[in-house]
Parts: sequence; C-alpha cells; structure tokens
Amino acid sequence: MSDTPVQTSATVLTVRQVQDYHAVTLVAPAIAERFRPGQFVAVAVGGEYSARLVRRCFGVHEVKSDYGGTVELVFADTEPGTGWLAGRRSRDQLDLLGPLGRPFRLPRDPVTCLLAAGGPGGAAVFALADTLLRRGCKVHFVLGGPSAKAVFGSRMAQRIGDSATITTEDGSMGEKGTVRDVLPRVLQETGADVVYGCGPTGLLRAVTQVAGDFGLPSQVSVEEFLQRTGACGIGVCMTCMLPVHGDDGVTRMVRACADGPVLRGDRVRWGDLGTIPFDALGAPRVLSVSEGGSQ
Amino acid sequence: MSDRLRTTLGPLELPNPVLTASGCGGTGRELAQFSDLARLGAFVTTSVMPQARAGRPTPRVAETPSGLLTATGLPSPGVETFLERDLPWLIEQGVRTIVSVAGNSVEEYGDIASRLRNVPGVAAIEVNVACPNVEDRGRMFGWHPTAAASVVRAVRAYARPGLPVFAKLAPDVTDIVTIALACVDAGADGLTLINAMEGMAIDTGTLRPALTGVSGGLSGPAIRPVAVRCVYQVHAALPSTPIIGVGGVASGLDALEFILAGASAVAVGTALFHDPAAGPRVLRELDEALGARRLGRLADAVGLAHKPAGYVPPQVRPQEPEKEPQ
Repeated sequence: MSDTPVQTSATVLTVRQVQDYHAVTLVAPAIAERFRPGQFVAVAVGGEYSARLVRRCFGVHEVKSDYGGTVELVFADTEPGTGWLAGRRSRDQLDLLGPLGRPFRLPRDPVTCLLAAGGPGGAAVFALADTLLRRGCKVHFVLGGPSAKAVFGSRMAQRIGDSATITTEDGSMGEKGTVRDVLPRVLQETGADVVYGCGPTGLLRAVTQVAGDFGLPSQVSVEEFLQRTGACGIGVCMTCMLPVHGDDGVTRMVRACADGPVLRGDRVRWGDLGTIPFDALGAPRVLSVSEGGSQ
Repeated sequence: MSDRLRTTLGPLELPNPVLTASGCGGTGRELAQFSDLARLGAFVTTSVMPQARAGRPTPRVAETPSGLLTATGLPSPGVETFLERDLPWLIEQGVRTIVSVAGNSVEEYGDIASRLRNVPGVAAIEVNVACPNVEDRGRMFGWHPTAAASVVRAVRAYARPGLPVFAKLAPDVTDIVTIALACVDAGADGLTLINAMEGMAIDTGTLRPALTGVSGGLSGPAIRPVAVRCVYQVHAALPSTPIIGVGGVASGLDALEFILAGASAVAVGTALFHDPAAGPRVLRELDEALGARRLGRLADAVGLAHKPAGYVPPQVRPQEPEKEPQ
C-alpha cells in the first residue's frame, strides 16, 4: 500500500542556509515515492539516545528522483531541536516518519490557482505548484514576510509561476505591506478559481477570509500550528487539536496532524484557535441547576 | 518470539509482557501503520469516559528533559463511539485489548464498567484513578486510599465477573503502598504502576505557564526511576499481586528493570510518540536481554532484584540440551 506512511532512516545529502532559514535534503526513497503535496514528515531530533522526545514536523519543499528519491525540508532555527537539525552534516542519518497527514486536494480540470505563502512553512507550496503546473493549471504566487530575507523562494516563484507578487512589511522586497493587502487585487487580476495557503496561522486566516469574500474555495495547511502544538505527528498524542466544523454543522476538535494538515479554510474556526469553543462536541459543560450546579 | 516471554497477570494470561500504555496509542489505527499491534501482549486503550470530551485547549504539551509534560484533559470520543468505531477494529485485527476506564464520579466509573459488561473481546479493564473527582472539589481519586478503593469497587461490582480489573495509580502520593493495598482489597486483580506525575513548566518567552492546564502530567524516561521505585515498594509489600510497570520504558533493558523490580508486564507509553514502532522493538530487546542473562523464563526474572545476590531461580522446566545433529 503506497498510502501508508513509513518509518525510515534517511541519509542527509546536504544542509545549507537559505536566507533566514535552513534547507536539508534527505535521501528517503520510500517517502519520496509516496509523497503528495501538502503532506509532511516528522523528524526525531538529538540522535539515538536523545532527551528530546517530541518529533519535529516539517512540510516538504521539494521531492526529486535523484539517488532513488530525495525530500527537501525548509525550517527556521528557533529552538534546540531545530538547532541540532541545522547542525547535521552530509551522510548523517535521521529517523524520519512520512509522508504524514492529508494532502492538498487537486482540481480535476486545469484551472487557475492562487498560492499564498509565508515563513519557512510556505516552502511547501512549491511542491504543490509543481504538481499543479504538470496538470496544466495556471499558478500565481503571492509570497509575504516581514523582510526580504524571510520570504522564501521569491526567485523560484518568478521563474515557475505565471505571476509572482511579493510583499514585505518593511518594503525591502516587492510591495510594502502584507499578503492580505494585495490578495484581493491579485485575485481580481488573475481571475483565480481556487486559493491555496501555506504558512503562519495569521496568513491562513487572511487567505480564507479574502477567498470567502470572492466566493472561492480555499485549502490551507496548518503545518505551523502543528509545529507549535504537536508532539508525535501521527495522531496519537492528541495535542495539536483545533476546532473545525463539519458538514453537519457540528464543531469538533480535530488533530492538525492526522485530520490535517490540509484543511478547508472555511471550516477552521480561526478565531477560536487555542480554545475549546463552548459549542464544540465534548466541550466542558456548565452544570445546569438540575444537575446540582451553582444557582 | 520465544515461549519464555509468556506472562501471567493474575487471571490474565498474555503471550508476552509488552503492552502499550493508556493514552499513548490513540485508537490503535495510527500505530498499526508502523507496527503490528497483535504481536504485543496487549493494547491498552485511551481512557474511555461516558460522554464525548473535547479536553483542554492548546498548548497541551511541553518538552522537558527526557520527558513530556502533557495536559490533554482526557479527551475521549465517549463510550458509544468507542464501542461502535474503535473496539470492533481492534478485535478484528486480533489485538488483545485492555480497556482503560475513567469518570468524574464513582457513579460514572460504574456506568462505564456496566456498558462493557456484555461486550465480547475485552481482555481486561484498567481503572484510571488519576481523575479529578467532581464530588470532592476536583481532587484526584488516586490521592486517597478510600477514594481510589471506591472507584475500583464500583468497576468490580459492575464488570463481568471474572474479567480482570487493574487499577492504575498515580505516584505523587505520600505512600503508594497504602493506596495499592486499598485497591487490591476493593477487588483489583492487579495494579498498573505508574500514571504520569504532576509537573509544571513555565515558558520563559511568554513569562506564563507553558500549558493551558498550568500543571500537567510528566511522563517519559524522566520518571522511570520513580516508577521503578513504586513497583519495587509495592511488590515488596504485595508479592502475589501482579503489576504492570509503566513509566519511561523506551528499550528492552528499561523493561527488564521493571520486571526485576517486580512487574509481570510493562507498558510502553511516551516512547510511542517518539517511535511508533517502539512496542515490538522493546519486546525483541527484552527477549534478547533475558537470553543474554540466561534467564530461562520471564517469570524467573519477576522481582529478582528483591532476592539476595547470587540467588539462582529454580528451573521449573529444565531446558533440554540441544541435540547434536548426527
């Protein structure tokens, strides 16, 4: 079954610094052949006798067929675990689980797609763009970040995309502002049929809102939320929960890793992230008077 | 896998002593992608509660040295969903299943046990006594011998007669032996030692507690010495009570440590978050470790640390010398 993820010992091919981030390329044929855009891998950090038990989850920037199959991850060095990962050398072994989670759903027809991304997690849109382009879709990029060095892949977006709009908060590259500021204009200009989002939660929320204003479907990857809150990557630890409402209108707490990381943007209750909404299934009940609660 | 790993936990016989710890194996489907659950001694489910429970808001986990601090708030699909969706799948896969049960009141524990009464395919019940008692200002049942005994008695009363009942105890109490005794007196066939310890971490970035639940349960290798101590003390006091040792088991030698302290089985918990195939690996390593120490059977190793140095376990079934091919 090529659908099931694998646990594999991957060999590090290269580790390099890219702007503000690190990119590590791993030889992992079993993962590369199963991978679909939007899925992620969970990396054990610290070596065999590591004292760090949390698996680090990263989206996949690129899959190549070299050496039987490689995957490239892009991440920011924010804590000791990512520091350890950034310090790997070529030929080191990494314990990897993947590909995990649900992928982006792809359009059946060659439609026009808008891909909005930011931060290191935004690197995952390039694997998606690759697949969309091969299906004959038009791909327009909107990339954003606080400064030029924090915008990953602007040149690649300009090269492979039908258009690429860059925004930075300090104006050091492209337009001064945020993705949200330019999104309505780009949507109008490109006549996009569907919107994809990868990156920080704030960006995904904005993407969902703007897409909703235009009546367009949006699919977003909550990988950044998963990185902040998850521990296992496979759906057993129950820590990366976020409120999502289903077809039946009921809000459930779902796992960002196993039920995501790709979710329909309009289904996520963005304002209630980090809470248990009172109307969610299984939310703590206020005891009514008849149940002996305070009167 | 060799026959020497067979283990007996009171009325419960298992082909080998490696289990999954409650709350660490999801529904079973997630782990089954990476390892064969039917090969394990048993799968212990996440605590089943009467109603669906969403649990606590995020962040629910913080990484601490060799451990995890978690406050999930016992999320549960509720007993209905568990019986319709999760248990049938486990049975279908041929997984021996121990159902962990929890409640907010003594009555709820009894309710759950009665719901499981006529359900086929349940190997045993594990009573999670580390739950806040809403009828007692939210204090944990497991903190007091009387409260712990009352929930065990409720489960025992409503569970199918003959179905093994284990009580899972929390370590952060004044004297774990007193609570163990109270649970055995109330009808527990065995004990699971230990549940997570209460701990706390503060985020030095936000200057506030790292978890929404403020404090959380500390698990992983960080608490293994505490767990081994609890198993040793309880086995010394109650040598005939079977014990499932839990707390930071990540390798075969960790498992052997628990066995030597007096556990007849071990459960792998937090290690599953780090390595979803940890169960079969621990089992293989334990088998090798027993062989390397010339311990003929697992049962010979149980509680061996209590015996004086130089003690050789009597060979109940002397192994036949291997015949040379003629």
